[in-house]
Amino acid sequence: MSKERSQKRSTGKLIVHIILIVGALLMVGPFIWMILTSFMSLGESTRVPPVIIPAQLRWQNYQRVFTSFPFMRFYWNTFSTTVMKVAGQVFFCSMAAYAFARIRFPGRDFLFVMILSVLMVPSQAYIIPRYLLMARLGWLNTLTALTVPGLTSSFGTFLLRQFFMSLPTELEEAATLDGCNHFQIYYKIFAPLAKSGMIALAIFTALWSWNDLMWPLIVNSSPLKMPLSAGLSSLQGQYGTDFPLLMAGSLMAIAPMIAMFIVLQNQFVEGIALTGTKG
Amino acid sequence: MDDVSGINKKKLQDWFWAYFMILPTVAGTLIFSIWPLIQSFYLSFTEWGAFGSYDWGGTVNFERMLGDSVLWQALRNTIVFTVGSVPFGIALSIIVAVLLNTKIRGMSTYRTLYFLPVVTMPVAVAMVWRWLYNADFGLLNHILSTVGIAGPRWLTDPNYAMISLIIVSIWSSIGYNMVIFLSGLQGISKQYYEAAEIDGANSFVQFFRITLPMLSPTIFFVTVTSLISSFQVFELIFTMIGINSPVIRHTQSVVFYFYRQAFVNMDKGYAAAISLVLFVIILGVTIVQFRLQKRWVHYE
Repeated sequence: MSKERSQKRSTGKLIVHIILIVGALLMVGPFIWMILTSFMSLGESTRVPPVIIPAQLRWQNYQRVFTSFPFMRFYWNTFSTTVMKVAGQVFFCSMAAYAFARIRFPGRDFLFVMILSVLMVPSQAYIIPRYLLMARLGWLNTLTALTVPGLTSSFGTFLLRQFFMSLPTELEEAATLDGCNHFQIYYKIFAPLAKSGMIALAIFTALWSWNDLMWPLIVNSSPLKMPLSAGLSSLQGQYGTDFPLLMAGSLMAIAPMIAMFIVLQNQFVEGIALTGTKG
Repeated sequence: MDDVSGINKKKLQDWFWAYFMILPTVAGTLIFSIWPLIQSFYLSFTEWGAFGSYDWGGTVNFERMLGDSVLWQALRNTIVFTVGSVPFGIALSIIVAVLLNTKIRGMSTYRTLYFLPVVTMPVAVAMVWRWLYNADFGLLNHILSTVGIAGPRWLTDPNYAMISLIIVSIWSSIGYNMVIFLSGLQGISKQYYEAAEIDGANSFVQFFRITLPMLSPTIFFVTVTSLISSFQVFELIFTMIGINSPVIRHTQSVVFYFYRQAFVNMDKGYAAAISLVLFVIILGVTIVQFRLQKRWVHYE
Protein backbone atom coordinates (compact mmCIF):
# COMPACT_ATOMS: atom_id res chain seq x y z
CA MET A 1 0.00 0.00 0.00
CA SER A 2 2.63 2.53 1.04
CA LYS A 3 4.90 1.39 -1.76
CA GLU A 4 2.13 1.91 -4.25
CA ARG A 5 1.51 5.33 -2.81
CA SER A 6 5.11 6.46 -2.99
CA GLN A 7 5.30 5.20 -6.54
CA LYS A 8 2.21 7.22 -7.38
CA ARG A 9 3.82 10.26 -5.77
CA SER A 10 7.02 9.91 -7.75
CA THR A 11 5.18 9.60 -11.08
CA GLY A 12 3.31 12.72 -9.99
CA LYS A 13 6.61 14.53 -9.45
CA LEU A 14 7.83 13.39 -12.84
CA ILE A 15 4.76 14.81 -14.56
CA VAL A 16 5.21 18.09 -12.68
CA HIS A 17 8.84 18.23 -13.82
CA ILE A 18 7.89 17.57 -17.42
CA ILE A 19 5.28 20.35 -17.41
CA LEU A 20 7.71 22.77 -15.77
CA ILE A 21 10.51 21.93 -18.17
CA VAL A 22 8.30 22.45 -21.21
CA GLY A 23 7.21 25.77 -19.71
CA ALA A 24 10.79 26.76 -18.95
CA LEU A 25 11.81 26.01 -22.53
CA LEU A 26 9.05 28.27 -23.81
CA MET A 27 10.23 31.02 -21.46
CA VAL A 28 13.93 30.68 -22.25
CA GLY A 29 13.62 29.72 -25.92
CA PRO A 30 13.42 33.30 -27.20
CA PHE A 31 16.59 34.19 -25.24
CA ILE A 32 18.49 31.25 -26.70
CA TRP A 33 17.30 32.20 -30.16
CA MET A 34 18.46 35.75 -29.49
CA ILE A 35 21.94 34.52 -28.61
CA LEU A 36 22.17 32.14 -31.57
CA THR A 37 20.97 34.77 -34.02
CA SER A 38 23.40 37.36 -32.69
CA PHE A 39 26.26 35.20 -33.99
CA MET A 40 24.80 34.53 -37.44
CA SER A 41 25.71 36.17 -40.68
CA LEU A 42 22.94 38.07 -42.42
CA GLY A 43 22.80 35.26 -45.00
CA GLU A 44 22.45 32.58 -42.34
CA SER A 45 19.61 34.43 -40.67
CA THR A 46 17.56 34.53 -43.88
CA ARG A 47 17.98 30.95 -45.02
CA VAL A 48 15.07 28.56 -45.53
CA PRO A 49 14.94 26.22 -43.67
CA PRO A 50 16.52 28.32 -40.92
CA VAL A 51 20.04 27.79 -39.66
CA ILE A 52 19.86 26.92 -35.96
CA ILE A 53 23.53 26.83 -35.03
CA PRO A 54 25.64 29.48 -36.78
CA ALA A 55 28.70 28.12 -38.62
CA GLN A 56 30.99 30.36 -36.60
CA LEU A 57 30.75 32.87 -33.79
CA ARG A 58 30.51 36.17 -35.58
CA TRP A 59 31.55 38.68 -32.96
CA GLN A 60 31.51 41.23 -35.77
CA ASN A 61 27.79 41.70 -35.16
CA TYR A 62 28.60 43.07 -31.72
CA GLN A 63 31.24 45.36 -33.16
CA ARG A 64 28.80 46.58 -35.79
CA VAL A 65 26.39 47.66 -33.05
CA PHE A 66 29.01 50.10 -31.81
CA THR A 67 30.03 51.35 -35.24
CA SER A 68 26.53 51.75 -36.72
CA PHE A 69 25.10 53.85 -33.88
CA PRO A 70 26.14 55.87 -30.84
CA PHE A 71 25.55 52.75 -28.77
CA MET A 72 28.03 53.68 -26.04
CA ARG A 73 26.20 56.97 -25.73
CA PHE A 74 22.86 55.16 -25.32
CA TYR A 75 24.46 53.03 -22.67
CA TRP A 76 25.85 55.97 -20.77
CA ASN A 77 22.53 57.83 -20.95
CA THR A 78 20.64 54.88 -19.52
CA PHE A 79 23.28 54.07 -16.94
CA SER A 80 23.76 57.58 -15.59
CA THR A 81 20.05 58.41 -15.39
CA THR A 82 19.35 55.08 -13.70
CA VAL A 83 22.04 55.64 -11.08
CA MET A 84 20.75 59.15 -10.36
CA LYS A 85 17.15 58.00 -10.05
CA VAL A 86 18.02 55.09 -7.78
CA ALA A 87 20.11 57.32 -5.51
CA GLY A 88 17.48 60.06 -5.50
CA GLN A 89 14.55 57.78 -4.78
CA VAL A 90 16.26 55.78 -2.06
CA PHE A 91 17.34 58.97 -0.29
CA PHE A 92 14.29 61.21 -0.78
CA CYS A 93 11.67 58.49 -0.38
CA SER A 94 13.20 57.05 2.77
CA MET A 95 13.51 60.52 4.27
CA ALA A 96 9.89 61.39 3.50
CA ALA A 97 8.74 57.93 4.56
CA TYR A 98 10.43 58.35 7.93
CA ALA A 99 8.75 61.71 8.51
CA PHE A 100 5.33 60.39 7.51
CA ALA A 101 5.71 57.29 9.66
CA ARG A 102 7.36 58.64 12.80
CA ILE A 103 6.74 62.38 13.25
CA ARG A 104 3.43 64.08 14.06
CA PHE A 105 3.04 67.38 12.25
CA PRO A 106 0.19 69.51 10.91
CA GLY A 107 -0.99 68.47 7.43
CA ARG A 108 0.68 65.08 7.62
CA ASP A 109 -2.29 62.96 6.62
CA PHE A 110 -3.40 65.35 3.90
CA LEU A 111 0.06 65.45 2.31
CA PHE A 112 0.48 61.70 2.52
CA VAL A 113 -2.87 61.02 0.88
CA MET A 114 -1.96 63.54 -1.82
CA ILE A 115 1.25 61.67 -2.59
CA LEU A 116 -0.54 58.34 -2.50
CA SER A 117 -3.31 59.48 -4.82
CA VAL A 118 -0.80 59.80 -7.64
CA LEU A 119 -0.49 56.00 -7.63
CA MET A 120 -4.07 55.75 -8.83
CA VAL A 121 -3.66 58.13 -11.76
CA PRO A 122 -2.42 56.66 -15.05
CA SER A 123 0.69 58.57 -16.10
CA GLN A 124 -0.88 59.62 -19.41
CA ALA A 125 -3.19 61.91 -17.47
CA TYR A 126 -0.31 64.21 -16.52
CA ILE A 127 2.32 63.47 -19.13
CA ILE A 128 1.38 66.24 -21.60
CA PRO A 129 1.67 69.16 -19.16
CA ARG A 130 4.80 67.52 -17.77
CA TYR A 131 6.24 67.53 -21.27
CA LEU A 132 5.21 71.16 -21.76
CA LEU A 133 6.97 71.99 -18.49
CA MET A 134 10.17 70.32 -19.72
CA ALA A 135 9.90 72.33 -22.93
CA ARG A 136 9.44 75.60 -21.05
CA LEU A 137 12.44 74.84 -18.82
CA GLY A 138 14.53 74.14 -21.92
CA TRP A 139 15.12 70.57 -20.77
CA LEU A 140 14.02 68.75 -23.92
CA ASN A 141 16.81 66.57 -25.29
CA THR A 142 18.74 66.63 -22.04
CA LEU A 143 19.42 63.92 -19.50
CA THR A 144 17.89 66.27 -16.92
CA ALA A 145 14.45 65.66 -18.43
CA LEU A 146 14.95 61.91 -18.07
CA THR A 147 16.22 62.16 -14.52
CA VAL A 148 14.59 64.93 -12.50
CA PRO A 149 10.92 63.82 -12.59
CA GLY A 150 12.08 60.37 -11.43
CA LEU A 151 14.08 61.49 -8.40
CA THR A 152 11.12 61.07 -6.04
CA SER A 153 8.24 58.62 -6.12
CA SER A 154 4.92 57.92 -4.48
CA PHE A 155 5.48 54.20 -4.70
CA GLY A 156 8.81 54.38 -2.87
CA THR A 157 7.47 56.67 -0.17
CA PHE A 158 4.55 54.32 0.43
CA LEU A 159 6.71 51.19 0.43
CA LEU A 160 9.26 52.54 2.91
CA ARG A 161 6.64 54.12 5.16
CA GLN A 162 5.25 50.62 5.70
CA PHE A 163 8.72 49.58 6.79
CA PHE A 164 9.25 52.42 9.24
CA MET A 165 5.78 51.95 10.75
CA SER A 166 6.64 48.40 11.73
CA LEU A 167 9.67 49.36 13.83
CA PRO A 168 9.28 49.69 17.63
CA THR A 169 8.83 53.17 19.20
CA GLU A 170 11.51 52.69 21.86
CA LEU A 171 14.08 53.28 19.15
CA GLU A 172 13.56 57.00 18.75
CA GLU A 173 12.75 57.56 22.43
CA ALA A 174 16.26 56.57 23.41
CA ALA A 175 17.76 58.67 20.64
CA THR A 176 15.64 61.73 21.53
CA LEU A 177 16.94 61.51 25.10
CA ASP A 178 20.44 61.59 23.70
CA GLY A 179 19.57 64.92 22.06
CA CYS A 180 19.35 63.73 18.48
CA ASN A 181 17.05 65.58 16.11
CA HIS A 182 14.78 63.71 13.72
CA PHE A 183 17.14 63.85 10.81
CA GLN A 184 19.87 62.28 12.93
CA ILE A 185 17.48 59.62 14.22
CA TYR A 186 16.49 58.79 10.64
CA TYR A 187 20.03 58.80 9.40
CA LYS A 188 21.71 56.93 12.23
CA ILE A 189 19.04 54.52 13.43
CA PHE A 190 16.15 54.08 11.03
CA ALA A 191 17.77 54.14 7.62
CA PRO A 192 20.10 51.22 8.42
CA LEU A 193 17.14 49.21 9.76
CA ALA A 194 15.14 49.70 6.57
CA LYS A 195 17.93 48.39 4.39
CA SER A 196 15.94 45.52 2.89
CA GLY A 197 13.12 47.89 1.93
CA MET A 198 15.58 50.29 0.38
CA ILE A 199 17.19 47.52 -1.62
CA ALA A 200 13.76 46.47 -2.90
CA LEU A 201 13.03 50.07 -3.91
CA ALA A 202 16.45 50.40 -5.56
CA ILE A 203 15.81 47.25 -7.61
CA PHE A 204 12.37 48.38 -8.78
CA THR A 205 13.61 51.85 -9.62
CA ALA A 206 16.59 50.51 -11.55
CA LEU A 207 14.41 48.14 -13.52
CA TRP A 208 11.77 50.74 -14.40
CA SER A 209 14.33 53.36 -15.25
CA TRP A 210 16.43 51.02 -17.38
CA ASN A 211 13.47 49.70 -19.36
CA ASP A 212 11.23 52.77 -19.63
CA LEU A 213 10.33 53.81 -23.16
CA MET A 214 7.43 56.25 -23.34
CA TRP A 215 8.89 59.18 -21.43
CA PRO A 216 12.29 59.12 -23.22
CA LEU A 217 10.45 58.83 -26.53
CA ILE A 218 8.51 61.98 -25.70
CA VAL A 219 11.22 64.22 -24.30
CA ASN A 220 14.39 63.14 -26.09
CA SER A 221 14.30 62.82 -29.85
CA SER A 222 17.98 63.58 -30.34
CA PRO A 223 19.95 60.32 -30.74
CA LEU A 224 22.72 61.62 -28.54
CA LYS A 225 20.38 61.98 -25.58
CA MET A 226 18.40 58.77 -26.04
CA PRO A 227 18.56 55.95 -23.53
CA LEU A 228 19.01 52.34 -24.68
CA SER A 229 15.29 51.64 -24.93
CA ALA A 230 14.54 54.48 -27.31
CA GLY A 231 17.85 53.97 -29.10
CA LEU A 232 17.13 50.31 -29.75
CA SER A 233 13.67 51.09 -31.01
CA SER A 234 15.10 53.61 -33.47
CA LEU A 235 17.66 50.96 -34.47
CA GLN A 236 14.80 48.73 -35.36
CA GLY A 237 13.40 51.39 -37.66
CA GLN A 238 16.69 51.75 -39.50
CA TYR A 239 17.88 48.15 -39.63
CA GLY A 240 14.49 46.42 -39.58
CA THR A 241 15.58 43.11 -41.06
CA ASP A 242 19.21 42.90 -39.95
CA PHE A 243 18.26 40.58 -37.12
CA PRO A 244 21.79 39.50 -36.16
CA LEU A 245 22.64 43.14 -35.51
CA LEU A 246 19.38 43.80 -33.65
CA MET A 247 19.82 40.69 -31.49
CA ALA A 248 23.40 41.62 -30.59
CA GLY A 249 22.25 45.11 -29.60
CA SER A 250 19.31 43.75 -27.60
CA LEU A 251 21.49 41.29 -25.72
CA MET A 252 23.91 43.99 -24.68
CA ALA A 253 21.01 46.19 -23.59
CA ILE A 254 19.37 43.55 -21.39
CA ALA A 255 22.54 42.00 -19.94
CA PRO A 256 22.97 44.40 -16.97
CA MET A 257 19.42 43.91 -15.66
CA ILE A 258 19.62 40.15 -16.08
CA ALA A 259 22.94 40.12 -14.24
CA MET A 260 21.46 42.27 -11.47
CA PHE A 261 18.49 39.93 -11.21
CA ILE A 262 20.64 36.81 -10.97
CA VAL A 263 22.84 38.34 -8.27
CA LEU A 264 20.01 39.91 -6.24
CA GLN A 265 17.40 37.25 -6.94
CA ASN A 266 16.20 36.78 -3.39
CA GLN A 267 15.83 40.50 -2.79
CA PHE A 268 13.85 40.76 -6.04
CA VAL A 269 11.46 38.06 -4.98
CA GLU A 270 11.10 39.44 -1.45
CA GLY A 271 10.46 42.92 -2.83
CA ILE A 272 7.71 41.72 -5.13
CA ALA A 273 6.13 39.62 -2.44
CA LEU A 274 6.20 42.70 -0.20
CA THR A 275 4.36 44.91 -2.68
CA GLY A 276 2.06 42.05 -3.57
CA THR A 277 0.81 41.33 -0.11
CA LYS A 278 0.90 44.78 1.49
CA GLY A 279 0.17 46.86 -1.57
CA MET B 1 6.02 77.93 32.16
CA ASP B 2 9.53 77.07 31.16
CA ASP B 3 8.53 73.47 30.78
CA VAL B 4 5.63 74.32 28.45
CA SER B 5 7.71 76.51 26.18
CA GLY B 6 10.33 73.77 26.21
CA ILE B 7 7.78 71.32 24.80
CA ASN B 8 6.67 73.82 22.22
CA LYS B 9 10.22 74.40 21.12
CA LYS B 10 10.72 70.66 20.78
CA LYS B 11 7.50 70.42 18.80
CA LEU B 12 8.48 73.24 16.47
CA GLN B 13 11.81 71.59 15.95
CA ASP B 14 10.09 68.29 15.09
CA TRP B 15 7.85 70.08 12.61
CA PHE B 16 10.79 71.80 11.02
CA TRP B 17 12.56 68.48 10.47
CA ALA B 18 9.39 66.81 9.23
CA TYR B 19 8.76 69.48 6.58
CA PHE B 20 12.43 69.50 5.67
CA MET B 21 12.41 65.73 5.14
CA ILE B 22 9.24 65.57 3.09
CA LEU B 23 10.04 68.66 1.03
CA PRO B 24 11.71 66.98 -1.99
CA THR B 25 8.98 64.34 -2.33
CA VAL B 26 6.11 66.77 -1.84
CA ALA B 27 7.67 69.26 -4.26
CA GLY B 28 8.36 66.55 -6.84
CA THR B 29 4.80 65.22 -6.58
CA LEU B 30 3.26 68.67 -6.87
CA ILE B 31 5.43 69.90 -9.73
CA PHE B 32 5.58 66.74 -11.85
CA SER B 33 2.25 65.03 -11.15
CA ILE B 34 -0.48 66.95 -9.30
CA TRP B 35 -0.15 70.31 -11.00
CA PRO B 36 0.22 68.71 -14.47
CA LEU B 37 -2.90 66.65 -13.76
CA ILE B 38 -4.82 69.84 -13.02
CA GLN B 39 -3.44 71.39 -16.19
CA SER B 40 -4.62 68.33 -18.14
CA PHE B 41 -8.17 69.15 -17.06
CA TYR B 42 -7.72 72.63 -18.45
CA LEU B 43 -6.03 71.39 -21.65
CA SER B 44 -8.85 68.96 -22.34
CA PHE B 45 -11.06 72.00 -22.95
CA THR B 46 -8.65 73.61 -25.44
CA GLU B 47 -8.36 73.37 -29.19
CA TRP B 48 -4.86 73.13 -30.63
CA GLY B 49 -3.83 74.74 -33.89
CA ALA B 50 -0.59 74.49 -35.81
CA PHE B 51 2.67 75.50 -34.10
CA GLY B 52 1.45 74.72 -30.61
CA SER B 53 -1.02 77.58 -30.26
CA TYR B 54 -4.29 76.83 -28.52
CA ASP B 55 -7.64 78.38 -27.67
CA TRP B 56 -10.49 77.62 -25.33
CA GLY B 57 -12.70 75.13 -27.09
CA GLY B 58 -15.27 74.22 -24.46
CA THR B 59 -16.43 70.63 -24.70
CA VAL B 60 -15.43 70.29 -28.35
CA ASN B 61 -12.87 67.55 -27.63
CA PHE B 62 -15.34 65.45 -25.73
CA GLU B 63 -17.91 65.80 -28.49
CA ARG B 64 -15.28 64.80 -31.01
CA MET B 65 -14.49 61.66 -29.03
CA LEU B 66 -18.08 60.47 -29.31
CA GLY B 67 -17.90 60.49 -33.09
CA ASP B 68 -14.29 59.30 -33.43
CA SER B 69 -14.59 55.76 -34.77
CA VAL B 70 -10.80 55.23 -34.60
CA LEU B 71 -10.88 55.96 -30.88
CA TRP B 72 -13.78 53.56 -30.36
CA GLN B 73 -11.89 50.92 -32.23
CA ALA B 74 -8.84 51.61 -30.04
CA LEU B 75 -11.00 51.14 -26.96
CA ARG B 76 -12.34 47.89 -28.38
CA ASN B 77 -8.77 46.75 -29.14
CA THR B 78 -7.73 47.56 -25.58
CA ILE B 79 -10.61 45.53 -24.17
CA VAL B 80 -9.85 42.59 -26.48
CA PHE B 81 -6.20 42.74 -25.46
CA THR B 82 -7.09 42.87 -21.77
CA VAL B 83 -9.66 40.09 -21.92
CA GLY B 84 -7.28 37.96 -23.95
CA SER B 85 -4.20 38.43 -21.83
CA VAL B 86 -5.21 38.96 -18.19
CA PRO B 87 -7.28 35.82 -17.43
CA PHE B 88 -4.95 33.44 -19.29
CA GLY B 89 -1.89 35.10 -17.84
CA ILE B 90 -3.25 34.78 -14.32
CA ALA B 91 -4.39 31.18 -14.81
CA LEU B 92 -0.99 30.15 -16.16
CA SER B 93 0.89 31.93 -13.35
CA ILE B 94 -1.28 30.20 -10.75
CA ILE B 95 -0.59 26.80 -12.33
CA VAL B 96 3.15 27.42 -12.41
CA ALA B 97 3.14 28.73 -8.83
CA VAL B 98 1.16 25.73 -7.55
CA LEU B 99 3.50 23.31 -9.32
CA LEU B 100 6.55 25.09 -7.92
CA ASN B 101 5.04 25.06 -4.46
CA THR B 102 5.06 21.24 -4.29
CA LYS B 103 8.54 21.23 -2.72
CA ILE B 104 9.94 20.18 -6.05
CA ARG B 105 13.65 19.90 -6.66
CA GLY B 106 15.19 22.73 -8.68
CA MET B 107 12.42 25.11 -7.64
CA SER B 108 14.66 28.18 -7.57
CA THR B 109 16.12 27.37 -10.99
CA TYR B 110 12.64 27.15 -12.48
CA ARG B 111 11.70 30.39 -10.76
CA THR B 112 14.72 32.14 -12.23
CA LEU B 113 13.97 30.94 -15.75
CA TYR B 114 10.30 31.90 -15.61
CA PHE B 115 11.22 35.30 -14.24
CA LEU B 116 13.76 36.24 -16.93
CA PRO B 117 11.27 37.98 -19.27
CA VAL B 118 10.18 40.26 -16.42
CA VAL B 119 13.60 41.88 -16.13
CA THR B 120 14.07 42.11 -19.89
CA MET B 121 13.64 45.46 -21.58
CA PRO B 122 10.29 45.44 -23.44
CA VAL B 123 11.96 46.82 -26.56
CA ALA B 124 14.29 43.82 -26.65
CA VAL B 125 11.40 41.45 -25.95
CA ALA B 126 9.55 42.96 -28.90
CA MET B 127 12.59 42.66 -31.10
CA VAL B 128 13.15 38.96 -30.53
CA TRP B 129 9.46 38.18 -30.89
CA ARG B 130 9.29 40.13 -34.15
CA TRP B 131 12.08 37.89 -35.28
CA LEU B 132 10.32 34.73 -34.11
CA TYR B 133 7.08 35.86 -35.74
CA ASN B 134 8.78 36.86 -38.99
CA ALA B 135 6.61 35.37 -41.72
CA ASP B 136 9.39 34.49 -44.17
CA PHE B 137 12.39 33.50 -42.04
CA GLY B 138 10.93 33.27 -38.53
CA LEU B 139 11.45 30.22 -36.36
CA LEU B 140 7.79 29.95 -35.38
CA ASN B 141 6.45 29.44 -38.90
CA HIS B 142 9.27 27.03 -39.61
CA ILE B 143 8.30 24.91 -36.61
CA LEU B 144 4.67 25.05 -37.72
CA SER B 145 5.64 24.01 -41.24
CA THR B 146 7.38 20.88 -39.93
CA VAL B 147 4.00 19.69 -38.68
CA GLY B 148 2.33 20.73 -41.92
CA ILE B 149 0.81 24.03 -40.88
CA ALA B 150 1.35 27.08 -43.05
CA GLY B 151 1.93 29.82 -40.49
CA PRO B 152 0.19 33.17 -40.95
CA ARG B 153 1.84 36.56 -41.34
CA TRP B 154 1.58 37.07 -37.61
CA LEU B 155 2.22 40.77 -37.26
CA THR B 156 0.79 42.09 -40.52
CA ASP B 157 -2.39 40.04 -40.81
CA PRO B 158 -5.21 41.87 -38.98
CA ASN B 159 -6.64 38.52 -37.87
CA TYR B 160 -3.44 37.47 -36.13
CA ALA B 161 -1.75 40.70 -35.01
CA MET B 162 -3.73 41.01 -31.79
CA ILE B 163 -3.28 37.40 -30.75
CA SER B 164 0.46 37.76 -31.40
CA LEU B 165 0.55 40.70 -28.98
CA ILE B 166 -1.46 38.81 -26.39
CA ILE B 167 0.95 35.85 -26.50
CA VAL B 168 3.95 38.10 -25.90
CA SER B 169 2.17 39.94 -23.13
CA ILE B 170 1.37 36.69 -21.31
CA TRP B 171 4.89 35.41 -21.87
CA SER B 172 6.41 38.49 -20.28
CA SER B 173 4.13 38.70 -17.26
CA ILE B 174 3.89 35.09 -16.06
CA GLY B 175 7.05 35.34 -13.95
CA TYR B 176 6.00 38.42 -12.04
CA ASN B 177 2.56 37.12 -11.11
CA MET B 178 3.99 33.71 -10.33
CA VAL B 179 6.24 35.22 -7.65
CA ILE B 180 3.29 37.01 -6.03
CA PHE B 181 1.21 33.80 -6.12
CA LEU B 182 4.08 31.79 -4.63
CA SER B 183 4.23 34.10 -1.65
CA GLY B 184 0.46 33.86 -1.33
CA LEU B 185 0.61 30.06 -1.43
CA GLN B 186 3.24 29.98 1.25
CA GLY B 187 0.82 31.78 3.54
CA ILE B 188 -1.74 28.94 3.39
CA SER B 189 -1.60 26.77 6.48
CA LYS B 190 -0.59 23.13 5.95
CA GLN B 191 -3.33 22.00 8.32
CA TYR B 192 -6.02 22.44 5.69
CA TYR B 193 -4.27 20.04 3.36
CA GLU B 194 -3.56 17.53 6.09
CA ALA B 195 -7.22 17.52 7.06
CA ALA B 196 -8.25 17.12 3.42
CA GLU B 197 -5.79 14.25 3.03
CA ILE B 198 -7.39 12.44 5.93
CA ASP B 199 -10.79 12.96 4.33
CA GLY B 200 -9.36 11.36 1.21
CA ALA B 201 -9.64 14.44 -1.04
CA ASN B 202 -7.40 14.16 -4.10
CA SER B 203 -5.11 16.92 -5.41
CA PHE B 204 -7.72 18.37 -7.74
CA VAL B 205 -10.34 18.64 -5.05
CA GLN B 206 -7.74 20.18 -2.74
CA PHE B 207 -6.80 22.72 -5.41
CA PHE B 208 -10.38 23.88 -5.98
CA ARG B 209 -11.60 23.62 -2.39
CA ILE B 210 -8.56 24.90 -0.49
CA THR B 211 -5.93 26.50 -2.70
CA LEU B 212 -8.13 28.70 -4.87
CA PRO B 213 -10.33 30.09 -2.08
CA MET B 214 -7.34 30.71 0.18
CA LEU B 215 -5.45 32.35 -2.66
CA SER B 216 -8.38 34.56 -3.67
CA PRO B 217 -7.12 37.75 -1.95
CA THR B 218 -3.87 37.43 -3.94
CA ILE B 219 -5.79 36.66 -7.13
CA PHE B 220 -7.84 39.77 -6.50
CA PHE B 221 -4.75 41.93 -6.04
CA VAL B 222 -3.10 40.56 -9.17
CA THR B 223 -6.29 40.97 -11.20
CA VAL B 224 -6.67 44.61 -10.19
CA THR B 225 -3.05 45.52 -10.98
CA SER B 226 -2.98 43.48 -14.21
CA LEU B 227 -6.16 45.09 -15.52
CA ILE B 228 -4.82 48.56 -14.75
CA SER B 229 -1.53 47.95 -16.53
CA SER B 230 -3.07 46.14 -19.47
CA PHE B 231 -5.50 49.03 -20.02
CA GLN B 232 -2.40 51.19 -20.38
CA VAL B 233 -0.61 48.95 -22.88
CA PHE B 234 1.60 51.02 -25.16
CA GLU B 235 5.20 49.84 -25.51
CA LEU B 236 4.29 46.43 -26.84
CA ILE B 237 2.26 47.95 -29.66
CA PHE B 238 4.77 50.70 -30.36
CA THR B 239 7.66 48.29 -30.70
CA MET B 240 5.99 45.20 -32.17
CA ILE B 241 3.52 46.75 -34.59
CA GLY B 242 4.81 50.29 -35.09
CA ILE B 243 3.08 53.45 -36.09
CA ASN B 244 3.27 52.85 -39.86
CA SER B 245 2.01 49.28 -39.90
CA PRO B 246 -1.08 48.54 -42.02
CA VAL B 247 -2.63 46.74 -39.03
CA ILE B 248 -2.14 49.56 -36.55
CA ARG B 249 -5.86 50.42 -36.59
CA HIS B 250 -6.65 46.85 -35.59
CA THR B 251 -4.16 46.76 -32.77
CA GLN B 252 -3.63 50.23 -31.36
CA SER B 253 -4.67 50.74 -27.76
CA VAL B 254 -6.22 53.85 -26.26
CA VAL B 255 -2.85 54.91 -24.86
CA PHE B 256 -1.20 54.38 -28.22
CA TYR B 257 -3.86 56.53 -29.87
CA PHE B 258 -3.36 59.09 -27.11
CA TYR B 259 0.38 59.12 -27.80
CA ARG B 260 -0.23 59.63 -31.51
CA GLN B 261 -2.63 62.51 -30.97
CA ALA B 262 -0.41 64.20 -28.39
CA PHE B 263 3.06 63.78 -29.81
CA VAL B 264 2.71 62.90 -33.49
CA ASN B 265 -0.38 64.85 -34.55
CA MET B 266 0.37 67.52 -31.94
CA ASP B 267 -3.26 67.69 -30.93
CA LYS B 268 -2.62 68.00 -27.21
CA GLY B 269 -6.05 69.24 -26.22
CA TYR B 270 -7.77 66.23 -27.74
CA ALA B 271 -5.13 63.89 -26.31
CA ALA B 272 -5.59 65.36 -22.82
CA ALA B 273 -9.32 64.72 -23.07
CA ILE B 274 -8.64 61.11 -24.10
CA SER B 275 -6.26 60.61 -21.18
CA LEU B 276 -8.84 61.85 -18.70
CA VAL B 277 -11.53 59.59 -20.08
CA LEU B 278 -9.09 56.69 -19.82
CA PHE B 279 -8.41 57.68 -16.21
CA VAL B 280 -12.15 57.58 -15.48
CA ILE B 281 -12.53 54.20 -17.21
CA ILE B 282 -9.68 52.66 -15.22
CA LEU B 283 -11.02 54.12 -12.01
CA GLY B 284 -14.48 52.77 -12.82
CA VAL B 285 -13.20 49.28 -13.61
CA THR B 286 -11.21 49.24 -10.36
CA ILE B 287 -14.20 50.39 -8.29
CA VAL B 288 -16.40 47.72 -9.86
CA GLN B 289 -13.81 45.10 -8.97
CA PHE B 290 -13.70 46.23 -5.36
CA ARG B 291 -17.51 46.02 -5.28
CA LEU B 292 -17.53 42.53 -6.78
CA GLN B 293 -14.77 41.18 -4.57
CA LYS B 294 -17.22 40.37 -1.76
CA ARG B 295 -18.75 37.73 -4.01
CA TRP B 296 -15.62 35.72 -4.56
CA VAL B 297 -12.71 36.90 -2.44
CA HIS B 298 -12.34 34.90 0.72
CA TYR B 299 -10.71 36.71 3.65
CA GLU B 300 -9.84 34.74 6.72
